[in-house]
Amino acid sequence: MTRSIARGLCAAAAVALILSCPIRSGDAGNIPLDQRRSSYELMSPPTRAMQDDDTANPGTLWVLDGEALWQRESGAAGQACAGCHGDAAQSMKGVAARYPAFDASSGRPIDLEQRIVDCRVERQRAPAPARESKELLALTAFVARQSRGMAIEDVAGKDERLRPFLESGRAAFEQRQGQLNLSCANCHDDNWGRSLAGNAVPQGHPTGYPIYRLEWQGMGSLQRRLRNCMIGMRAETYAYGSPEYVDLQLYLAWRARGMPVEAPGVRP
Amino acid sequence: MAAEAQNALTDYKVVDDAIPAPLTDRKGDPEAGRAIVANRQVGLCLLCHTGPFPEERFQGDLAPDLRGAGGRWNEGQLRLRIVDSSRIVKDTIMPSFYRIDGFHRVAPAFRGKPILSAQQIEDVVAFLQTLKDQP
Ligand code: HEC
Ligand code: HEC
Ligand code: HEC
Repeated sequence: MTRSIARGLCAAAAVALILSCPIRSGDAGNIPLDQRRSSYELMSPPTRAMQDDDTANPGTLWVLDGEALWQRESGAAGQACAGCHGDAAQSMKGVAARYPAFDASSGRPIDLEQRIVDCRVERQRAPAPARESKELLALTAFVARQSRGMAIEDVAGKDERLRPFLESGRAAFEQRQGQLNLSCANCHDDNWGRSLAGNAVPQGHPTGYPIYRLEWQGMGSLQRRLRNCMIGMRAETYAYGSPEYVDLQLYLAWRARGMPVEAPGVRP
Repeated sequence: MAAEAQNALTDYKVVDDAIPAPLTDRKGDPEAGRAIVANRQVGLCLLCHTGPFPEERFQGDLAPDLRGAGGRWNEGQLRLRIVDSSRIVKDTIMPSFYRIDGFHRVAPAFRGKPILSAQQIEDVVAFLQTLKDQP
């Protein structure tokens, strides 16, 4: 509300006094909780319908693949995920809503993908699946699907140990970077809802991941999405699985606390 | 030789809110400037701005319409605006098109290079000066 008034004033002022228009610059700040919106709300009705209907959502194929992998005995330990975790609808319910989470063995937050890789390697004694591999996306989509509709938890707020990583994620979100010298916040906090060459700028929430993106014609993780934005900023990307991405993901999850998990999301 | 020329930026002098002198000897070409402004990968302008480009369906609304810019600002003011917008509006989101320092984590392919060359800047400035009509 305050924001749209500020925008209206800004537009009027822009005609006369462009240089003092505040909302378009240095207006960094968090989006008020009650004004947060998933990109879902910016999508066309057909794309929304595709996400809502499991039989039309292409992400369902990955979920079904993940379910098959969940049941399959594998690795030197000859164990299935199901062998230890049983029915995912019970054991994995709400898990995706509280990742990234603190991992005691590495002493820092890890994302859901890394958690799955760790079980694959340490519990099943199988080779680590690569980031963005069909196998890892399928398992992640399947596990995340069990949290659909559940509110993203304020993990970083509750777990003191995560605080420094949350702060580093926030700093990365607000840091100008790349040849275009933009920060994530410049677009996703200050200019959401506007048109970037015809594309609606979303608030940038992690609620749908992994997503099926029509432009990719495939499934992708949140890290793939972050890489895409960094490439657009002409900034140096991090390697997949880097702690810098996980810190950003932690900040994004905190920023989206209370919003419902949509995985597997569909995006244009 | 070509690589060196790319990396070295031409010196320029800021007087008040303007760079009065051109960056190159060759006069800016408004036709070439229009093509740069309209190209979302080269000029990037239409990511944020709208302007008199009926053939371009996708334009942004993060910034004022470019129509009338040539009436609102003189040549030197437009040059500084494109070269380094942050000298006019400190926290602007408009990129500095002719600057290579003070950046963070620039992708290797773009490191040490300005977004536009000195000649491209002159072309863009020549084009903007033709935009006299207000939206
Ligand atoms: C040999 C038993 C075993 C197997 C096989 C196994 N896990 Fe686990 N998994 C565990 C244990 C034990 C934990 C808890 C570890 C901990 O908290 O440090 C765990 C934790 C997890 C978690 C985090 C749960 C949470 O609440 O944070 C996920 C997700 C997970 N496993 C997924 C999988 C997937 C997917 C597979 C198959 C690829 C798998 N696991 C295979 C034993 C297993
Ligand atoms: C120049 C504006 C811009 C900047 C800067 C930017 N993004 Fe984005 N971002 C977008 C747009 C536009 C989309 C929507 C997808 C598209 O159309 O490409 C998007 C999508 C996203 C999404 C996906 C949202 C969803 O619901 O699927 C996330 C998350 C995100 N950005 C995070 C970031 C982060 C983190 C940074 C900083 C490293 C960043 N973005 C920088 C414009 C930007
Ligand atoms: C990332 C967004 C962005 C891009 C890209 C961008 N601008 Fe801007 N521009 C702005 C904003 C925002 C303003 C408003 C003043 C301010 O905040 O700096 C502005 C202001 C201007 C102005 C002065 C306002 C007026 O009266 O017209 C001119 C001229 C201008 N831009 C030209 C350009 C040109 C030419 C390009 C491409 C070479 C370009 N801009 C690229 C965001 C952008």
